Amino acid sequence: MSEEYKVSIGLETHVQLKTRSKIWCGCANVFGSEPNVDVCPICLGYPGTMPVLNREAVKLTVLSGLMLGCEINRYSKFDRKSYFYPDMPKNYQISQYDKPLCLGGSVEIEVNGKKKTIRIHRIHLEEDVAKNNHFDGASGVDFNRAGTPLMEIVSEPDLESADEAFAYLQALKQILVYGGVSDCNLEQGNMRCDINCSVRPESQEQLGTKTEIKNMNTFKGVHRSLTYEIKRQIDELRKGGKIYQETRRWDDEQGVTKAMRSKEYAHDYRYFPEPDLMPVVLEEAEIEAWQASLPELPATRRQRFISEYSLPEYDAGVLVAEKAIADYFEQVAELSGNAKAASNWMMTEMMRVLSDRDAEIVDLPITPAALGALIKLVDDKVVNMPGAKTVFAELVEQGGDPQAIVDAKGLAQVSDTAALDAWVEEAIAANPKSVADYQGGKQAALQFLMGQVMKASRGKANPPMVLDALRERLGAAG
Amino acid sequence: MTQTDAIDVKYVAHLARMQLSDEEIATFQSQLEHVLVHVRELSELDVEGVEPTAHAVPVHNVFREDAVRPSLDHDRVMANAPQARQGLFMVPQIIE
Ligand SMILES: [Zn+2]
Repeated sequence: MSEEYKVSIGLETHVQLKTRSKIWCGCANVFGSEPNVDVCPICLGYPGTMPVLNREAVKLTVLSGLMLGCEINRYSKFDRKSYFYPDMPKNYQISQYDKPLCLGGSVEIEVNGKKKTIRIHRIHLEEDVAKNNHFDGASGVDFNRAGTPLMEIVSEPDLESADEAFAYLQALKQILVYGGVSDCNLEQGNMRCDINCSVRPESQEQLGTKTEIKNMNTFKGVHRSLTYEIKRQIDELRKGGKIYQETRRWDDEQGVTKAMRSKEYAHDYRYFPEPDLMPVVLEEAEIEAWQASLPELPATRRQRFISEYSLPEYDAGVLVAEKAIADYFEQVAELSGNAKAASNWMMTEMMRVLSDRDAEIVDLPITPAALGALIKLVDDKVVNMPGAKTVFAELVEQGGDPQAIVDAKGLAQVSDTAALDAWVEEAIAANPKSVADYQGGKQAALQFLMGQVMKASRGKANPPMVLDALRERLGAAG
Repeated sequence: MTQTDAIDVKYVAHLARMQLSDEEIATFQSQLEHVLVHVRELSELDVEGVEPTAHAVPVHNVFREDAVRPSLDHDRVMANAPQARQGLFMVPQIIE
């Protein structure tokens, strides 16, 4: 029998921070401009230029650290990491070596119902580099990205499967988006990661030799490359082979990792203190103020939704997944005074609209106030559910006041006994077979008669009153 | 740093992408070793209880506010490019 293997994965996740300007200069931190327009001598790396640290980049990194339970270094500094590559013409990247802004911390993940804590080693702040475009026989460099504030979150090798790595990235993204630290838009390269992966026989204490997979920019890619790499390493060891410490590249098309041409002295970065930047010293009061400004995190909010609004665990999870949706739900719950109905509308109608249109909730014309008012109209029996759905559809298209839409479309529910009785009598007279069926014990026949009444009323009859009236006329089912 | 630490000029030159002749390597070897001897005198100082520092001046928290300022005009940006195509700086093909 072949021995089982344990997997250890650590992720270095690079996250672009949501600042207006770059980290060392006033160039715009935006995506999608024409090449080399958001650049200046500082982010082009001209000799003699001086970087000045963007305060907001420090704040966003510390906020991230606070959300992840890190210890915030009161004294932090920047260092030069030397390397030669056209994406960094200074020939060094300004990063943080021995005094990063944040240490420790953790991310909670859940895979197949099993909860697990993934420890974070550190978070440091650095500058993003230029983007290379590859042509046949030449490369073209665009410096718009150079100097974007980049936070690197280094995890401990606590992840034990591709699924866990995927869950970790999702949890991390959710927290960072909640905190307004980054948009974490993967298409725009806001979040990229390097993977460290090793395997070892179950009986072995010490970690195996690790390989590094560089520059992954989708969560799915991380999952696929790890699935491949874990199997490759185990197969190699099973057949008596050896794992070499090397950098590998993920080939998405072929679905394999390949060893990169090994770079001589690749890891001799010769870090030394950046003389052009002064250290960052954080005061207790400042950190406390930032701590106080933090939003409630998704995991906490989910628990609160379960206890405060009596939502099922699943529904609470869906509602908190996106901060904007969770905020919207809470406003609707409060304005309508009916959290259960608010959750029902959100979980069904709203989610369907969002997914059909691939829209963001804040972009829809329907406001939380309007949905709250609509729920009240249902609770006050002004409009029944079919009518309310018509109003909802109208609100989604153009917004507006639910009561006004009810009036304009003549959707007000009819609860007037005389009117209801007339429709009920009509339905009974026109459908003797259904009446007989019901009296013979067929419950479904009652539903049919009910449908006839609703049809006659053009959907406006008060359904519970119709049901009562029918039962009263026909007696209990035989 | 111990006395036995020798500086590997050839290796350091490679890291800095400098090409040196054997003669130059020998010259820099002895010159740099002299510098190191000189710097080592610092290790004779008693620094017990002195916090390490990255800077000689007691200044910290030099920040700029997060405000966008105009970038450099694109034509001026590209003026120094040996070669440009589609607004990009063209360089020899980068091989991973
Ligand atoms: Zn710039």
